[in-house]
Amino acid sequence: MDSFLEFLNILKFSDMGWGDNLFYGLLATLEIALGAYVLGTSIGFAGALGKINGGPVARFCLATYTTLVRAVPELVLILLVYYAGTALLNELLMSLGYRPVDISGLVAGIVVLGLVQGAYSTEVIRGALQAIPKGQLEAGRAFGMSRFTLFRRITIPAMIPLALPGMSNLWLIVTKDTALLAVVGFQELTLTTRVAAGTTRYYLEFFLLAAAIYLCVTLISNIGFKWLERRSTRGMTSLGH
Amino acid sequence: MEWYWLSEYAPKLLSGTWLTIQLLSMAIFFGMLLAVPIGLVQVTGPKILAIPARAFCTAFRGTPLLIQLWLLYYGLGSLFPYIDGIRTSFLWPYLRDAFPYAVVAFTLSVAAYEGEIMRGAFKNVPKGELEAGLASGMSRFQLLRRIWLPRALQNVLPTLAGEMVLTLKATPLAATITVYEIFGVGTIIRQETYRIYEPLLLIAGVYICLTGVIVVLFRWLENRVPNASG
Amino acid sequence: MKKLKNLLLGSAASLVLVAGVSQAEIRIGIDPAPYLPFSAESASGQLEGWEIQIAEAICAAMNEECVWVKTAWDGLIPALTSNKIDAIINSMSITEERMKTIDFSNKYYNTPAVIVAPKDSNISADAASVSGMYVGVQVATTHANYVEAHMGDATVKSYQNFDEHNQDLFSGRLDAVIGDSMAMQPFLQSTEGQCCEIKGDLHDISIFGPGVGVGLRKGSDLKAKINAAIDQIRADGTFDRISAPYFNFDIYGG
Repeated sequence: MDSFLEFLNILKFSDMGWGDNLFYGLLATLEIALGAYVLGTSIGFAGALGKINGGPVARFCLATYTTLVRAVPELVLILLVYYAGTALLNELLMSLGYRPVDISGLVAGIVVLGLVQGAYSTEVIRGALQAIPKGQLEAGRAFGMSRFTLFRRITIPAMIPLALPGMSNLWLIVTKDTALLAVVGFQELTLTTRVAAGTTRYYLEFFLLAAAIYLCVTLISNIGFKWLERRSTRGMTSLGH
Repeated sequence: MEWYWLSEYAPKLLSGTWLTIQLLSMAIFFGMLLAVPIGLVQVTGPKILAIPARAFCTAFRGTPLLIQLWLLYYGLGSLFPYIDGIRTSFLWPYLRDAFPYAVVAFTLSVAAYEGEIMRGAFKNVPKGELEAGLASGMSRFQLLRRIWLPRALQNVLPTLAGEMVLTLKATPLAATITVYEIFGVGTIIRQETYRIYEPLLLIAGVYICLTGVIVVLFRWLENRVPNASG
Repeated sequence: MKKLKNLLLGSAASLVLVAGVSQAEIRIGIDPAPYLPFSAESASGQLEGWEIQIAEAICAAMNEECVWVKTAWDGLIPALTSNKIDAIINSMSITEERMKTIDFSNKYYNTPAVIVAPKDSNISADAASVSGMYVGVQVATTHANYVEAHMGDATVKSYQNFDEHNQDLFSGRLDAVIGDSMAMQPFLQSTEGQCCEIKGDLHDISIFGPGVGVGLRKGSDLKAKINAAIDQIRADGTFDRISAPYFNFDIYGG
């Protein structure tokens, strides 16, 4: 088809072609996804430990946090944090005597998606931590391991294979959630595609291409996680049925 | 905080909420309807059906819903002028309006995610029960209707509430293709009144309520449905 | 306790570092969606168009450094009021409604709104001709306000971007669209735009306002500077020099 060849022409990696724009959009997507995933996992760890070991106040705050995030659409949360959140932050900073900061779209995106991820990964990590057979922890303590050594040598390695399926799911979710940032105007892959489609009017072709790119990211991630799962469960007996 | 705009926009907010509920219900209903055969055919069926089903699930779960939505609405829309007579066909009211596209996109998404879950559910029904059914002389179709499907659905029911909440949280995306569900109405309010916090907080509140209703509804349903396995 | 304080200070400091942008520049908000001939993002990622050049000329006349901040169109005013950007240069009309929340510089151009429909349709600028029809506009624009105020019988569909409602006009989903006369030109000259033509001008000074100005926060000290800069580029011929390749009439308007 004539227009298909024209479309391939438009994709050139040059100043005239949109191929490099899409590439940078993809990079931005992956940057945000990675940042949000790391932030979310950290929050998840803290939250899970807080829920298991913390007092009633900590547990109440964490419960409110996870419930709110799981009940309110990401898009609404993104808008709330992006506009209202930065306004509040600047007011706080100004009242403390600092100058207002300009939080870039990248940072805002990572913070918002990280907070959302944090709520979900709290549950995943908590579930994994609580599923570790108590016997292993008791044995470690009987050996005289300090709390930190226990954590490092037994808890973490036992927890990883249990948490991995949930965490791999969360990674896929965060890579797709980056598309929502298009609605606030941050130029990751989805918005770049829409601008390209709008300018060249090749709507069908560009959106199909974007879908294919996301699919590749998903498939490659799946292969990566399968490899991780195989490595982490090497030599492990099945943890009870 | 100022709420002076509430009374002026109340009718729009109500119609937006109703639109959200409609979109959600239709997506879940048709999505589950599709999910059952998609899941089943991957466990039993001939490869020629199982492979496309698998590909469908992978494709729709591996791409963002927003892209699927835009692809459907604008991508298909760009083809219309090249199809003669489309404006006079009976399909035109559905092709021109934005709501059907939102329903289709969400339905396909639900079908893909639930299809994957149904696949697991069908596989996990204890073989013994299926063999007992066959031994009693049931036909394959009777087996499906009386044992396999109900048992699979029993296992799936707890996750269905979660799926419904996830779909509810995805409905705001419809606003990007001119479907004015509750988030879209919130956007209009934000733009016309220039208030930053209040409309967003109200919308968040509406979603929390809707989520609460879904969770309560499913808890009630779960109590009425006999639990899986003793 | 000391650890906590250090942690908080450290994260606040890193936020400032990450933010990076020095506060001396003027941050101008713009939506990168194509709105030629005024603004568009080229394939190389650069912003181009008449409005971009005028903005750069204004900044040069003020002797300030300006940086473009890409923001969604319907997020421009919230971004301005929450101090994420300092100015809006994105063909935003000066209207009373907007003046309640933000301030504007003097106008820098004024073009009429038009209604565009398929060549073979009977639609005109008359409100009765669109009764019962589907009319497309861009969300949060004066064109959207016009349709709400004057064309109550029509079904209004609001789109996030200008090119999207034009695309739906081309697809046949819409019977007409309303937008800026100049911005319509690239669409009407494109292959898809061959379907349609301008059917009439729309006028309502109370809705469309005196023209397009630079959006500013209330009480901003940029207002006087920008007004002076606009006067300067009009006086010394820069405005006309930039406009000549784009328009063969005076876009500043009456």
